[in-house]
Amino acid sequence: MTQTPIAAPATPGTAHTARPARRAAWTSRRGPVILGGALLPLAILLVWQLSITLGLVSVTQLPSPAMVLLAAVDLSERGLLTLYVAISTQRVLIGFAIGASLGVAAGALVGLSRSANVLLAPTLGAIRAVPSLAWVPLLLLWLGFGEQPKITLVAIGAFFPVYTTVSLALRHVDQQLVEAGRAFGLGGIRLFTAVQLPAVIPSVISGLRLALVQAWLFLVAAELLGASMGLGFLLSESGGNGRIDRIILAIVLLAVIGKITDAVVGIFEKWANKKWA
Amino acid sequence: MSNVATAIAPAAPPVHRAGPADNTSFAVEFADIGRSFAAKPQHNSQPGSQRGAAARPVLRDVSLTVQPGEVLAILGTSGCGKSTLLRIAGGLDEPSTGSIRIDGSPLNGIDARCAVGFQEPRLLPWRTIAANVALGLPHRIGRAAGNARVAALLELVGLTSFADHRPRAVSGGMAQRASLARALARNPGVLLLDEPFGALDALTRLKMQDLLLDVHAAAPTTILLVTHDVDEALQLADRIILLGADDDADDMAGGRTGATIVQELTVPGGRPRDRGSAELAELRGRLLAGLGIDRHGQARGVAATTTIPHFPY
Repeated sequence: MTQTPIAAPATPGTAHTARPARRAAWTSRRGPVILGGALLPLAILLVWQLSITLGLVSVTQLPSPAMVLLAAVDLSERGLLTLYVAISTQRVLIGFAIGASLGVAAGALVGLSRSANVLLAPTLGAIRAVPSLAWVPLLLLWLGFGEQPKITLVAIGAFFPVYTTVSLALRHVDQQLVEAGRAFGLGGIRLFTAVQLPAVIPSVISGLRLALVQAWLFLVAAELLGASMGLGFLLSESGGNGRIDRIILAIVLLAVIGKITDAVVGIFEKWANKKWA
Repeated sequence: MSNVATAIAPAAPPVHRAGPADNTSFAVEFADIGRSFAAKPQHNSQPGSQRGAAARPVLRDVSLTVQPGEVLAILGTSGCGKSTLLRIAGGLDEPSTGSIRIDGSPLNGIDARCAVGFQEPRLLPWRTIAANVALGLPHRIGRAAGNARVAALLELVGLTSFADHRPRAVSGGMAQRASLARALARNPGVLLLDEPFGALDALTRLKMQDLLLDVHAAAPTTILLVTHDVDEALQLADRIILLGADDDADDMAGGRTGATIVQELTVPGGRPRDRGSAELAELRGRLLAGLGIDRHGQARGVAATTTIPHFPY
């Protein structure tokens, strides 16, 4: 008979099932997220078009969206648009690959070795403080007008975010895990691959993401001064002959391509965070 | 009601002899161990490196021999250096003075014959439980033998069905069991446990103590167990040493002179021991007094009994 009062709390179970299935918040569902992200660009496009049709700004100051589209069609008919996009993307990818690899290597060295930290960190910190444009004349003089100076500048741009995040992350790897690894006989490269590297992979990837953004910034700097192809060249050339429609086209293209490459690394980051964090 | 009882009863302890059967156990000899730390606590500094004259002594004159297969509990107040002593035995720290011999040969750095179980599980979060246990395997072991060993150890600690889980997906007690299995994977001659159950809730801790006894029965290795829990020491150990400052120093933690062995007692009776035994209760009172805890023996108006003499009687 004492069983009956104990049996009573069976209700929480039914209450649990009776509770309406919770819908995921709109901010975490795919469709609304894509739509939500597109809202602001669409609104900007609308305001842009409206301000021209209402005569708020002159088309000599701000060409209409249709004119920008026409400029794109015109350039691609002459085969220049794909060429410029392709050459710029190629420079970014090659420079990014070189800079990011060197950044991981230097970051690992400085993050793991105290003597490397003492010897290298101040110099690298000083080089990092040099603005991107300051390198351009020097690189042009040293490396000429070919691909090397541009790729080198992009590599410099990609190097520092990776170097900084990797060295800092390695400094802050959970010392208890490192000690546990050591206690089980791991050391040197085995300790690095078993404990330290996996522990910093999420930071490395966010460093890569930053580096990719910076690679695009440095690319335009490289192409603005001394190039005969590429989106940065398109900008400087159009600035020279007053083609505002092409300038806006180049800016939009840089935004779109930059966002796409960033999104690709973002997907990789998500996967890696799931696997390693 | 009986349902409730079975629900909280410990899961049937696996008593398979699944553990490393070819287990060896080694003697550990501490000879005049002393350890001082530099006055300023330096994080990440190399063990043994000292700078500045004002070194703070933590341990001094610790001389002790642990027999092969013995379970020795190291008790002491917080900060008395008991973990330091264990870390020295594990090669994670170096003594300032004195030396350690394991199985007769001097300890030099991290030793493959020792395995450490930390207070925290310290599992690698990106590895599965099984892969974490595999981290403890000896380096030269083959893949097939290693897998078999990991499977056997997971069985021993009752984690077979969680082998593919990540550490964050299991409870604290399970993670600590995985940590114990990882230490056992080395087939250690000396198992060093640094408050291994300290962070667990009271019931889980009791279950883990029984598990440790099962493991020790299956593979009688030498165990050095650091704990601040007097009951745990009495339940598990053959012998208990109490670290603290000598009577002439007024600081219990040995702030000025460093801690040393102030009491040593052999726990009577074989394991597993009755958790409610009156005999252990008396020893418990004595150890607590040694740790500076008032047992409030006069609370019932009856003076604390001294009818049970110190062991050996």
